[in-house]
Amino acid sequence: METLEQIKARVEAAIPGAKLKVLTNDSPCAQHSLLLDPAHAVDVARFLRDDPKLRLDYVSNMAGVDWPDAVIKTKIKKRVEKDGQDVDVEETIESLRSGYLEAVYHVYSMALKHGPVILRLRTEDRLDRISVPSLTPVWRGAEFQEREAYDLYGIQFTGHPDLRRILMWDEFTDYPMRKDYVEPDDYEYEPTPHDDVVEKARRHYAPEAKP
Amino acid sequence: MSAVLDHPASPQGAEPSITPPQASGTPVFAVTPRAREDGGIGSDLLEVSMGPQHPSTHGVFRMDVVLDGEVVVKLKPVFGYLHRNHEKIAEGTSYLASMPYTDRLDYFCSMTNNWAYALTVERLAGLAVPERAEYLRVILAELTRLQNHASLCGFLLQDMGAMGTPLMYAFREREKIIDLFEAISGARMMCNFMRFGGCRCDAPRGWLQQAARVVDAYPAFLDEFETLLNENEIIMARTQGVGKVSAEQATGASLTGPILRASGVNYDVRKVDRYGIYDRFEFRVPLGDHGDTYDRYMMRVLESRESIRILQQALRDIPEGPIIDPKSKLRGFKPPVGECYGRIEAPKGELGFYLISDGSTNPFRYHVRPPSLINLTILEDMCVGHSVADSVIILGSIDIVLGEVDR
Repeated sequence: METLEQIKARVEAAIPGAKLKVLTNDSPCAQHSLLLDPAHAVDVARFLRDDPKLRLDYVSNMAGVDWPDAVIKTKIKKRVEKDGQDVDVEETIESLRSGYLEAVYHVYSMALKHGPVILRLRTEDRLDRISVPSLTPVWRGAEFQEREAYDLYGIQFTGHPDLRRILMWDEFTDYPMRKDYVEPDDYEYEPTPHDDVVEKARRHYAPEAKP
Repeated sequence: MSAVLDHPASPQGAEPSITPPQASGTPVFAVTPRAREDGGIGSDLLEVSMGPQHPSTHGVFRMDVVLDGEVVVKLKPVFGYLHRNHEKIAEGTSYLASMPYTDRLDYFCSMTNNWAYALTVERLAGLAVPERAEYLRVILAELTRLQNHASLCGFLLQDMGAMGTPLMYAFREREKIIDLFEAISGARMMCNFMRFGGCRCDAPRGWLQQAARVVDAYPAFLDEFETLLNENEIIMARTQGVGKVSAEQATGASLTGPILRASGVNYDVRKVDRYGIYDRFEFRVPLGDHGDTYDRYMMRVLESRESIRILQQALRDIPEGPIIDPKSKLRGFKPPVGECYGRIEAPKGELGFYLISDGSTNPFRYHVRPPSLINLTILEDMCVGHSVADSVIILGSIDIVLGEVDR
């Protein structure tokens, strides 16, 4: 199979305006991925599916990921003049990465038996600009897993044919797989709460509410 | 009384910081009466909720079906009755502590679940597996496949109305394999046997010989099963041409496992990825012609025969040696930063794990790709146009386990 750089070059030549980015993965398995821009994601997906050299007809896995705001520490080497000599100094730069939600697709080809090509889509933030285009119109196999990512992470897939909650019940309002999700004090109603349930509940009330 | 005691289960004091998107509680479909085109009396459509306590749904699974007389017009599967958010639990605990939890996904096939998870973590951390452990894994996975396919055939025939007998025959054989699991791991179903970089313990004395005896006696059971059932008139009438899936439909909907190959698509992860040591064994991938329920049943029988071939080769060739890499670390295990998707051919289809490591002891993201859930994508297409009774056996032939569908 072609490398991701080759795929990227061919996609960008075939679809005007499409911008892809290769993200590297330092793990020993070295599964690198392609970051798609949401505006052209569906076209790119269709190209990858129909291209005779790739024929990525099978989306195996689709997962949502929650990346909360985080401080990223990057180490850079700097050459500093010290006492008339050049010395290498390692410096840590802290930068704030604003959070986003991510949809990851692992796509294989059943016809040509190669893969995976890993595609990623990112939302703009975690609060209200949380929509990405759905790839279900291209790969029907993503239908339930996109519903699951909507259900557990709250990613809005625009263009999904049937975007409803899949595992949680319809009246549920939060997104339990998010990193900042606070679980309820009690899962089953207890008429006389005791011990740890009371303790958990107490934490959620202001101090003056205590008797 | 304090506010705390007044509202024991009230929502948290802190307002959720996210604005909920549009409401999702929309009805699945609206049932409208239909008029016949020739002016005759049109019959109303009837919406029936099959499950979650229906015995034919193999657990707590619900199908919302719209019926025209007895024929299915629309069908929507409803999940979540067994949801316990396995992924969130796994993110809150160490890598190793999720291993027993994977047993509870597809509780018929805990050995293959263990293997899929161990394989992914090994790739994520770059661990090697000793030869003997690889052989043991293949042996245990293929034994799992045998017992899963046997019980599937039994349950399928039970759904068709062959009460008891085929299921008991299948369970008699399954019991022998489950005994082997108990001897090697201490548990009949929740085996928790694989570890990162090998297996938990070696096979006890005489286990391999006993496994060889079970495997050698297995073809006789398959022969008996096939003589009884393959050309049975009722089975042929009930299954042939029912729930057809074309190869294009199957690939598009990401079907995997025996039900994909019943539609004639040659895709077996054991052959494609050659994970573990599957490249050392000689076996064929059986393929179906029609993609109907009969082919899906036959696929299980034929795959069992190929599994027996793999087992005989593995039991013949298994070397002596260590069972786990002595350098592999179980406690305080921290894989390097990165992510990995690993998959194996589980009896029900492609079982995958997607892990993201942030360098700590717990996974940052832990995702299961459940074959049972994704194989249900196409359930509606399979069932529309067939009767309710057929939808039961179509569901039976897909082979779902709700522990894995709902996670």
